[in-house]
Amino acid sequence: MAPPAQTNRSPSPSQPSGKSEVTDLKSQLRQLAGSRLPGVDDSKRELFKKVISYMTIGIDVSSVFGEMVMCSATSDIVLKKMCYLYVGNYAKVNPDLALLTINFLQRDCKDEDPMIRGLALRSLGSLNVANLVEYLVGPLNAGLKDNNSYVRIVAVIGVLKLYHISVTTCIDADFPAVLKHLLLNDQDAQVVANCLLALQEIWNGEASTSEEALKEREALLSKPLIYYLLNRIKEFSEWAQCLVLDLAVKYVPADSNEIFDIMNLLEDRLQHANGAVVLATAKVFLHMTLSMTDVHQQVYERIKAPLLTLVSSGSPEQSYAVLSHLHLLVMRAPYVFSSDYKHFYCQYNEPSYVKKLKLEMLTAVANESSTYEIVTELCEYAANVDIPIARESIRAVGKIALQQYDVNAIVDRLLQFLEMEKDYVTAEALVLVKDLLRKYPQWSHDCIAVVGNISSQNVQEPKAKAALIWMLGEYSQDMSDAPYILESLTENWDEEHSAEVRLHLLTAVMKCFFKRPPETQKALGVALAAGLADFHQDVHDRALFYYRLLQHNVTVAERVVNPPKQAVSVFADTQSSEIKDRIFDEFNSLSVVYQKPSYMFTDKEHRGPFEFSDELGNLAIRTESDVPVHVVEANDKDLLLGTSEKEESRGSGTNGSAYTAPLYDTSLLSTATQVQPELPISNPAAAGLSPQSSLAIDDLLGLGLPAPPAPSPAPSPPSLKLNAGAVLDPGTFQQKWRQLPICLSEAYLTVSPTGLVLIFVMDRSLLQELSVSPQGAAALTTPQALLRHMQGHSIQCIASGGQSPNLKFFFFAQKAEESSIFLIECKINTSSAKTQITIKADDQSMSQAFSTLFQSALSRFGTS
Amino acid sequence: MISQFFVLSQRGDNIVFRDYRGEVPKGSAEIFFRKVKFWKEDGEEEAPPVFNVDGVNYFHVKVVGLLFVATTRVNVSPSLVLELLQRIARVIKDYLGVLNEDSLRKNFVLVYELLDEVIDFGYVQTTSTELLKSYVFNEPLVVDAARLQPLSPAAIFMQGTKRMPGTAVTKSVVANEPGGRKREEIFVDIIEKISVTFSSSGYILTSEIDGTIQMKSYLSGNPEIRLALNEDLSIGRGDYRSSFGSGSVILDDCNFHESVRLDNFDLDRTLTLVPPDGEFPVMNYRMTQEFKPPFRINTLIEEAGALKAEVILKVSAEFPSSITANTIIVQMPLPKYTTRVNFELEPGALGQTTDFKEANRRLEWGLKKIVGGSEHTLRAKLTFSQELHGNITKEAGPVSMTFTIPMYNASRLQLQELPKPELPPLPKPELPFDPRVPAIAKPEKPKDPKQHDLPSFQHPPEPALPIMVHGHNSAFLSHRPQPVLNLLRYYARQ
Repeated sequence: MAPPAQTNRSPSPSQPSGKSEVTDLKSQLRQLAGSRLPGVDDSKRELFKKVISYMTIGIDVSSVFGEMVMCSATSDIVLKKMCYLYVGNYAKVNPDLALLTINFLQRDCKDEDPMIRGLALRSLGSLNVANLVEYLVGPLNAGLKDNNSYVRIVAVIGVLKLYHISVTTCIDADFPAVLKHLLLNDQDAQVVANCLLALQEIWNGEASTSEEALKEREALLSKPLIYYLLNRIKEFSEWAQCLVLDLAVKYVPADSNEIFDIMNLLEDRLQHANGAVVLATAKVFLHMTLSMTDVHQQVYERIKAPLLTLVSSGSPEQSYAVLSHLHLLVMRAPYVFSSDYKHFYCQYNEPSYVKKLKLEMLTAVANESSTYEIVTELCEYAANVDIPIARESIRAVGKIALQQYDVNAIVDRLLQFLEMEKDYVTAEALVLVKDLLRKYPQWSHDCIAVVGNISSQNVQEPKAKAALIWMLGEYSQDMSDAPYILESLTENWDEEHSAEVRLHLLTAVMKCFFKRPPETQKALGVALAAGLADFHQDVHDRALFYYRLLQHNVTVAERVVNPPKQAVSVFADTQSSEIKDRIFDEFNSLSVVYQKPSYMFTDKEHRGPFEFSDELGNLAIRTESDVPVHVVEANDKDLLLGTSEKEESRGSGTNGSAYTAPLYDTSLLSTATQVQPELPISNPAAAGLSPQSSLAIDDLLGLGLPAPPAPSPAPSPPSLKLNAGAVLDPGTFQQKWRQLPICLSEAYLTVSPTGLVLIFVMDRSLLQELSVSPQGAAALTTPQALLRHMQGHSIQCIASGGQSPNLKFFFFAQKAEESSIFLIECKINTSSAKTQITIKADDQSMSQAFSTLFQSALSRFGTS
Repeated sequence: MISQFFVLSQRGDNIVFRDYRGEVPKGSAEIFFRKVKFWKEDGEEEAPPVFNVDGVNYFHVKVVGLLFVATTRVNVSPSLVLELLQRIARVIKDYLGVLNEDSLRKNFVLVYELLDEVIDFGYVQTTSTELLKSYVFNEPLVVDAARLQPLSPAAIFMQGTKRMPGTAVTKSVVANEPGGRKREEIFVDIIEKISVTFSSSGYILTSEIDGTIQMKSYLSGNPEIRLALNEDLSIGRGDYRSSFGSGSVILDDCNFHESVRLDNFDLDRTLTLVPPDGEFPVMNYRMTQEFKPPFRINTLIEEAGALKAEVILKVSAEFPSSITANTIIVQMPLPKYTTRVNFELEPGALGQTTDFKEANRRLEWGLKKIVGGSEHTLRAKLTFSQELHGNITKEAGPVSMTFTIPMYNASRLQLQELPKPELPPLPKPELPFDPRVPAIAKPEKPKDPKQHDLPSFQHPPEPALPIMVHGHNSAFLSHRPQPVLNLLRYYARQ
């Protein structure tokens, strides 16, 4: 006899096994529901346990919902808790039945036992059913005022839960204001901590739509609040301490005295046994001192010992998390750790993820005095039974060889690896010897003697084989049997599965041919024939290319294939400094462990509080021209690597931007940010601002404008005229972008629900603001709209990308009747209401005028 | 902020599963387990404790073979989550006395109850066993500790934690003793992991001690406790080499549990704390000051024909003869192609066992006890299935060793007990002479035989020999104002 509720919720077909048991449970629960016999609670407990254990292993027991609720009328707190757990799990899928629980939960919220009140309130919040929120408001209000701290702790989190179920209910009931009051006044530290995290989450969620929320979010970083929390830090639990410290990172102290005060206050947090607290403290120290080079160095020295202690205490997992951060610091400042290299020696029983990090750190800290010892240690690992680590160790030796001047001993070691006669060791060593020869050609004699003895049959791994073949081609004049080895390799062309190896083989045979033509002629013929017949497009093309080149002119061919080479001085770094800086900014987060900035692995809404994500590297570049997408993408990437630009974008770190580092030279910017709420424009009614009021603001800030043309709702373009038909190819754009200095940068934009407000900071001495009609904000959701609009103002887009709300544009414009070009990078986040604009120009003197023009064009967006 | 928490058995079954925020799909446990199980096709690499699959971050720690997992989509502090997982495991252990799959399954409702209080909506609320006590109502169903398989000392440290095996401390902090009495006792242990690397000539290349003062409190009424450390203790490595020999103990660095107050620490090296219930580290420390390792192992491998080789292992105990080490196990991986091993013990050897574990090509040598100052030797004749090529010493080792030495502590860090006359009278406690099984592991790479000298090295041909030893010095502080028993034990681990 199934109750009607069950019909729409049948157990999923994947778990048919639980079905009869669930039916069984159901009838048993029914029998107990009304019973008042002694000992009935014990039988209920057993049944409840069964239900929860089914729930745990994934059997759908939602069909007994009704019975569970009926059985919940009990004073047994253990039973109650199990019932709450069950209800919390299934209420969402059973919204109708969830209504049944409201009654007893509400009753429990008024129980005289604070424990019951808290529990019921928590369960009430966990129901997560949108049409039941009305029942939540009353108990939450009472809970927040409860005189028992446990109930208040639960109630604060309850507000957050309500916010996630129904934003409007939460805001309308004015809960954020209550939380704000509790944050400053509650005696219980955990209540304060929960208020803080709840407010952070709420304002963060609201900041994209409400200017007030943005203000509130900034208010969390106000000096009195930060000081209040920091002064009480020892009252908080270790977890809440992390929360407070994370907030403190975003606080921008006014001067260095404040920085020292904060650091002295937090000094003893570095002695905490909890790694999370220590790392959060380290982050505060590192970020606050970014602009104070000397102190920053001292901070490195100061946090070194505690971090090393954390690495050696605790479980391997905990040490891994700390070690990842040490790894980051070592990579940034190897010299600070140069005498600590012994801490990075691997212990044989450590997990490979720890060993890998340590190997990289050893590579980084190796300097002239420690190289010998480090390489000796690494050579030990090369014989390790753990093959991946053995490989990594050999690579590490190679990397050290490539970064040191004295490679003497290292080359000897590498050559010994070749003699160890272990396939993987030989393979790795070959690759390294190849790189080494590219950097230190003077070692060729020693190396070639050893490499010549290696039988190509013993080398199977493509990378190693390719390296060997490269050396055979490059040094064929020194290896007597090089042509013959190559010949036998070409004869077995079909057995070679790796295209990479076949490509190398083609080139090597060519090189060998130029050096020893009579001996290689036959091999070359075979190789070219095989290459032309190859099914792999690249191999085929290269063979054809060589063939035609030889046909054309053998001397030219030699110059192309085998020109005199210069030794490689520096091998390219795989990670750009931009990315590294970004990871450093995200210290004490997963970015450090993954060694990727957060935008590469997180979706926007989960990037954490206060994160202004401008999606720098994540652009899927779209272009109006016919240039293939990947070309532009590469261009963009190059552009982003430009160091001058990097410096500038760093400086632009406004309070809430991705660059949270509090830099002193941005103090003006933060002033702008803080003053902004006081501006009349925050008033929704003042959407269309008159030029007068904007000037008033300028005076208010006392920045002494060098009187640019006052912006008006539709300002006429100043003396500057642009060429409407300007053309620029991406290559030139990229080149220019790299060459030109930045004329104007750092813009700050806010989008209020009623309009678009721009505050530009130029050369950090000039402040100006513009307004745009309400349609502007809405229209900005698609990049195309803006492109068309700007085109109408003779400003062309060369590339754009990103996804709403994070958009990025590269514009260019040309001065009419002149070749002078303006380049503009414009990053807009429509939801978090911020933008950064960088302008570069051939003619510096016109940049001011152009900027005005650009702004006026932008300001009219959405109105026309 | 975490989204889900779950505990998986070794086979991947959910033992507990709690979803706090509903942001991560339900199938996460399976996705996680598959990923961990098949991290790399060759199975040679372990999954790191943190990884990302489709935007979901998975954190896990391994505790007694169980996987404690948390998921989140947010870019959180990895240290915080991993620390939290370890802490949850500890809280559960405090409650259940014994933490293993069996006890967890029996008590899963209690664990749910704990989880409800520890985390709310993904945010940590408290991990203090003390605080949790007032919110948790399920009585733990205690698993009989005696029925548990005795863990070998090595097995305990395979987990990689420095946690005490603590058979004595397999008691729940909330459960009452049979008879309704609660024992008023507190355990304080010093556990040390010692790593030493020797050169071939026996010269110490690197040495480090990582130590923990571990406390487990069953006291009621939260009395204040003072722990006095060596008065000559100093922290911060200056020029320690020069001060060596002055008898002082110099720690490089240390950190403390949040309950510890250091008001007098600079003055008289005392720590004051009101110990919360349950197990926690009072202090972690690190020391690179020179010290004397308790054992030395010499290993010799000689080729004896095309398919044969001989291994000679010699263990010398370098501690006073008044002290005895027990339950010693020496292990050494042998070349992959070893098929047979014949052992030859020294004449008159007592209480020694030998074994060749064919599955993982490992030699095992067990000794019941070693008296300080003595020396023991084992010869093993290996037979190979294929001819040797290259350097046989590179294929064997490193040697590792686990052992227990009571009354010995390599760092010489000591706890001086202080009577606490201000305490209220309490029921007479029983002295916990508990059979704690401390463990020690001491891995060592084999020394190269002279036959394999590599002439091109300027350096001695032997590989570095890392030895890691866990020292353990446990002191018992009773609640009574009487001279306190000092149970000093010695531990080591791999």
